[in-house]
Amino acid sequence: MHHIIIGAGPGGVVAAETIRKTNPNDQITLIGNEPAPPYSRMAIPYLLVDDIKEEGTFLRSSDHYHQQSIEYLQANVTGIDADAKTCELSDGSSLAYDQLCIATGSTPISPPINGIDLPNVHSCWTLEDARQILSLAKPQSRVVLMGAGFIGCIILESLVKRKVNLSVIEMGSRMVPRMLDEKAGGLLKKWCVDDGVGVYTSTKVNAIEEADDGMNVILDNGANIKADLVISATGVKSNTTFVKDSGLDIDHGILVNNKMQTNLPNIYAVGDVAQGMDFSTGEYTVQAIQPTATDHGRIAALNMAGKNAEHSGSLNMNILDTLGLISTSYGLWMGVEGGDTAEIYTPELFKYMNLRFGINDEADVLVGATTIGMTEHVGVLRGLIESKVHLGHWKQRLIDDPMRIMDAYVASTQELDNVV
Amino acid sequence: MQKSLHLDPAKCTGCLQCEMACSYEKLGEFNPSRSVIKVFTFHEEGRFAPYTCTQCDEAWCLRACPVDAITMDLTSGAKIVIDDKCVGCKVCTISCPFGTVNYVQETGKVAKCDLCGGDPECAKACPTDAITWIDANATGYDRMKAFAEKSLPSANTSA
Repeated sequence: MHHIIIGAGPGGVVAAETIRKTNPNDQITLIGNEPAPPYSRMAIPYLLVDDIKEEGTFLRSSDHYHQQSIEYLQANVTGIDADAKTCELSDGSSLAYDQLCIATGSTPISPPINGIDLPNVHSCWTLEDARQILSLAKPQSRVVLMGAGFIGCIILESLVKRKVNLSVIEMGSRMVPRMLDEKAGGLLKKWCVDDGVGVYTSTKVNAIEEADDGMNVILDNGANIKADLVISATGVKSNTTFVKDSGLDIDHGILVNNKMQTNLPNIYAVGDVAQGMDFSTGEYTVQAIQPTATDHGRIAALNMAGKNAEHSGSLNMNILDTLGLISTSYGLWMGVEGGDTAEIYTPELFKYMNLRFGINDEADVLVGATTIGMTEHVGVLRGLIESKVHLGHWKQRLIDDPMRIMDAYVASTQELDNVV
Repeated sequence: MQKSLHLDPAKCTGCLQCEMACSYEKLGEFNPSRSVIKVFTFHEEGRFAPYTCTQCDEAWCLRACPVDAITMDLTSGAKIVIDDKCVGCKVCTISCPFGTVNYVQETGKVAKCDLCGGDPECAKACPTDAITWIDANATGYDRMKAFAEKSLPSANTSA
């Protein structure tokens, strides 16, 4: 049995390891198209501040794949032939598979504006992007960051630590609009502005022009910001182009069922390229987050290895550290209609916590949460949402003081109340 | 014989000796705020509950780590953080559904219970046997661990 996994990010690597653990004798080929061992994009911000070297971003140690008898191949897959069960490579050769897992991830969107192709405009996605940013983001360099989404905010700190002169331009009305509500996004913006970062929300970049002394970044409000480096972080899209003629059903990402199977036999899709099930809504969406990719990789691999594994949906969740202000959001952080809310909001201390409860028979079940300025026990928010613990009288206690979330969890799971 | 930490809230008096012992072992100072075992206080019920990592088999933290900085210590079964590799991305802290991996701003890294290499100080310090270090097969240990694990959907595979 030959398993081919296209894509060597967290989803692909976990898939390969899970197949190996399940079926020690199967042949596994893991294909990556970047000239580096499998690495984690999550670690790039720490590379940008010289906390780690490039090796520090690697997902596993260098001899890991050899030890696991996983063949790691650096190659570009240009298409797949589902009838012949082969992958076509850019050198003209092809590779035959019995089971195929597509884990090709996503790439940054290039916004359609003039000047986006200028040499000193970069995305921040690959190790090569990081090298370019390292060479251009010097102390006092003028840097414009387009997009204050998750990626923008996670590299924001690195840029500030590199002592650049930073301006952030975000189209949405607040920072990280897809992860944080207005209060949370507002706190984050104030935190950044207080730290000397220029943050322009509800603002678009109209064009980037070359100038004698760098670039002019022209905004839709008429302002013109001088820049030595522009970083474009305006979102990502699934890497599906190479399979567009393969017969695979594709929407935003490749469509899969709850076993991560595509519409074509023996072909699975995982991670940012797959439209997998969302735990909270039951709908199939591209979450494009790392924990979801590893969930997918494991489920797909078990099925590829002949087991029966079903995905009950991954919880959408994020944690972000922006200049030392830590924010998290989970599940239905925007709430559900008719559901109760518990909130504590202390803007002068940059503290915020918002808990969202469900409705009907889940009226005492946590379905979503947002936190700002918390680091202790944040994982229980996931635990409470995913295990659908009925909080009973703890719901009212949380409405009175949401900070007691860990007490609520410990009491509910250790059945303390029964002991009394 | 594999041993496990056994936590019994009914026996806890809230004396916090465990938190003192834990922080002293890890930091060389009495600093309960940095202890990775925590005692929760329930005034309404007049109860205390010691709580820390169960070293769960699912190892959500280990699987979530993007740089292989959490590994299993084969002797004790503990999932341990390799400080030199941890970049401080915090993905494990939201992945652990038990809330027992925490980010420490002072160090820029995460911290969790490592069972003190197989000789946990908290158990030695507990004067009331609310925290004991016993054979893993002894009854009762799995209560806390089983609860959330079986109810978490991502664990529900027949594999």
